[in-house]
Amino acid sequence: MQTTQADKIFDWAYAPAPEATDHVHINKKYDLFIDGKFVKPGKGKYTNTISPSTEQLLAQVAEADEKDVDKAVKAAKSAYDKTWKKMPGKEKAKYIFRIARMIQERAREFSVIETMNGGKPIRESRDIDIPLAANHFFYYAGWADKLDYAFPNRKPQPVGVAGQIIPWNFPLLMAAWKIAPALATGNTVVLKPAETTPLTALKLAEIIQESGLPDGVVNIITGAGQTGAALVNHSLINKVAFTGSTEVGKVIQKALAGSNKKLSLELGGKGAHIVFEDAPIDQAVEGIVNGIFFNQGHVCCAGSRLFVQESIADKLIDKLKDRMSSLIVGDPLDKNTDIGAIHSKEQLDKINQYLSVGKKEGAEMYQPSCIIPKKGFYCKPTLFLNASQSHRIVQEEIFGPVLAVQTFRTIEEVIEKANNAPYGLSAGVWTDKGSRIFNLTSQLKAGVVWANTYNKFDPASPFGGYKESGFGREGGLHGLMPYLNL
Amino acid sequence: MSTKQIPDFRFSPVVDQVGVEERIARLNTRSIKKQSKTRGLKLALNMIDLTSLEGKDTEGKIRQMCYKALHPHDALPDLPTVAAVCVYPVYVKTAKEALKGSAVKVASVSTAFPSGNAPLNVKIADTKFAIDNGADEIDMVISRGEFLKGNYNFVFDEIATIKALCGPVRLKVIFETGELSSLDNIRRASDIAIYAGADFIKTSTGKIQPAATMPVSLVMLQAIKDYFIKTGKMVGMKPAGGISTSKSALQYLVMLYETLGPAWMTNEWFRFGASSLANDIILQLEKDDKKVYYSGDYIGKD
Repeated sequence: MQTTQADKIFDWAYAPAPEATDHVHINKKYDLFIDGKFVKPGKGKYTNTISPSTEQLLAQVAEADEKDVDKAVKAAKSAYDKTWKKMPGKEKAKYIFRIARMIQERAREFSVIETMNGGKPIRESRDIDIPLAANHFFYYAGWADKLDYAFPNRKPQPVGVAGQIIPWNFPLLMAAWKIAPALATGNTVVLKPAETTPLTALKLAEIIQESGLPDGVVNIITGAGQTGAALVNHSLINKVAFTGSTEVGKVIQKALAGSNKKLSLELGGKGAHIVFEDAPIDQAVEGIVNGIFFNQGHVCCAGSRLFVQESIADKLIDKLKDRMSSLIVGDPLDKNTDIGAIHSKEQLDKINQYLSVGKKEGAEMYQPSCIIPKKGFYCKPTLFLNASQSHRIVQEEIFGPVLAVQTFRTIEEVIEKANNAPYGLSAGVWTDKGSRIFNLTSQLKAGVVWANTYNKFDPASPFGGYKESGFGREGGLHGLMPYLNL
Repeated sequence: MSTKQIPDFRFSPVVDQVGVEERIARLNTRSIKKQSKTRGLKLALNMIDLTSLEGKDTEGKIRQMCYKALHPHDALPDLPTVAAVCVYPVYVKTAKEALKGSAVKVASVSTAFPSGNAPLNVKIADTKFAIDNGADEIDMVISRGEFLKGNYNFVFDEIATIKALCGPVRLKVIFETGELSSLDNIRRASDIAIYAGADFIKTSTGKIQPAATMPVSLVMLQAIKDYFIKTGKMVGMKPAGGISTSKSALQYLVMLYETLGPAWMTNEWFRFGASSLANDIILQLEKDDKKVYYSGDYIGKD
């Protein structure tokens, strides 16, 4: 903070307020959830999953090979043919609704595990990830018996067995985004969580088992890239839904070419966050912070490119730096932590590499003087000032707490620059002028455009991208379409 | 930069209400425990302007309140006094005598509190009377009607006139935010008062609902911050009315700390206008000290 008066300084470092972990039960070993039962992997192979904030071992998790995947897909196929396809919508809804309620009942346990396994602050997993995951199940439970109203005169039919692969940044939430609409539309599911963050998905498997959902309707198998490849390429899969990197998305799309499998991809992003001179500046600063430092920047729709109108640039950047100095980086289980741990050593290395690239390219780096823990993977919130469109830190997705800042002068210029990216997932606009918002929403090539806010999610609102950010929509009525033959 | 450069108040920064409310929600997730809680509560107690502004006030009532100001709860050692007592001008003399020799200040409301609907000469006389009786601080109200009509210069001049009268007496300017209707207006009123010379800006009289709220207070703190960045000069803040629990006092302090920083964490620059807050803080401190909750009956209500 900028104030002086050293004799009167009231340094109010908040006492540690860690969320309790004693109520959480994590097994030493987790097997594959296939056909309603936890079964050992065929080859008996397990991998470790750790906490990125302490680097401690949390559990061992089974690695599914091709035969395990085959078993899971066949279980899903048989459940589809024998029970789920035939069950009336309102009966299916009851199960989905029950899962939602059970997530709510165990919200505290879920949020603690999510934070332990993924490194995100407990404030976020408690207030955003877990409630939103439950809400997705609630929302899609409502659609299950109303598909004829969603698509009148189209006689919507389920696709069959969906193979779903999800990333590590929002483990339970992404599982909910995938499973809930698939079940509501009458499909059965084989889901593969990310190899580094499988624990909440496996907890979800426990809930699904308890909920009495018919065996095989949801199967959750763990493993790395090869497991995912086996799932995607399995001949009984009718639909593939993938959220993750653009690189892997391209591989999947190639693999599916010539097959009749439906595909939806939700890939990378490099969100443009645009602030005009008439914007509510203090709230814009807050929005920028929320846009890029939410979940350590591990967000595909993160507002990682900031465009500030030149007339307010100095003022806004001063305010932004000042705000960054009050962010608390540290133990993600502490309720006062704003920025938690970077998800993995590998990701931290990648971010650090971009930091040196940015400096080499000549952008001016700024980090507040916060203290970060010695153990675990941490990165200070970072700004790159005086960046330009041709910088790699502006073009490429960093997936970390790193914001590239540019200025603009006219509205045409900022639209051109915002759209001048391989991605098109999200954008944000800050202005006091309503007409300007609507002008921009129609011109920005982004699946989501937020106005005077950022990173707002709701189950009723569709989410998805343009260009290299993928295709297909999740959430809302649109989120039903990828799982239906219309 | 000179403070003589007066901005055009029609172009005060705009405020997005949804954004402000989200920021507040996030600040309120801060978990203040153990020693940081105790320190925060003692500081909050030390920031209170113990207030009695009722038609039925008497000298006896004011004297009792002053004793409370000096001795919040003698059963607990190491308790600070409150910052000030806040009374009507006619009771300034009584309060001053009761507090003689202590550091507790006497604040007097003035300028035809609470409505402010009186001619300027009456407001001047009102203020002079309070100062002549020994008031250390003046809590004036702005003319909300003129403000809402867009007569910003009128409001500015009135504040500047009273400030000139005050001299070394510190001036708090009350907006009655519950009557100003929008956060944009509250930001504008803050800018007007600050540039007109207010030492403190204050939310409410306590006579109108809603009184102090966190969103309103945050907007005012941000105006103070912008002025400080521009001029290097500090202005104080006083939310008043409606803050009655320790929890909510701590939430205000978190907001203050994370918006303006440690330099403002003193009763020189931040006050709570409240009457029942002191006892709730004492209740909490008693609980930390004795590990049991007392009922309100064990703490003097003056």
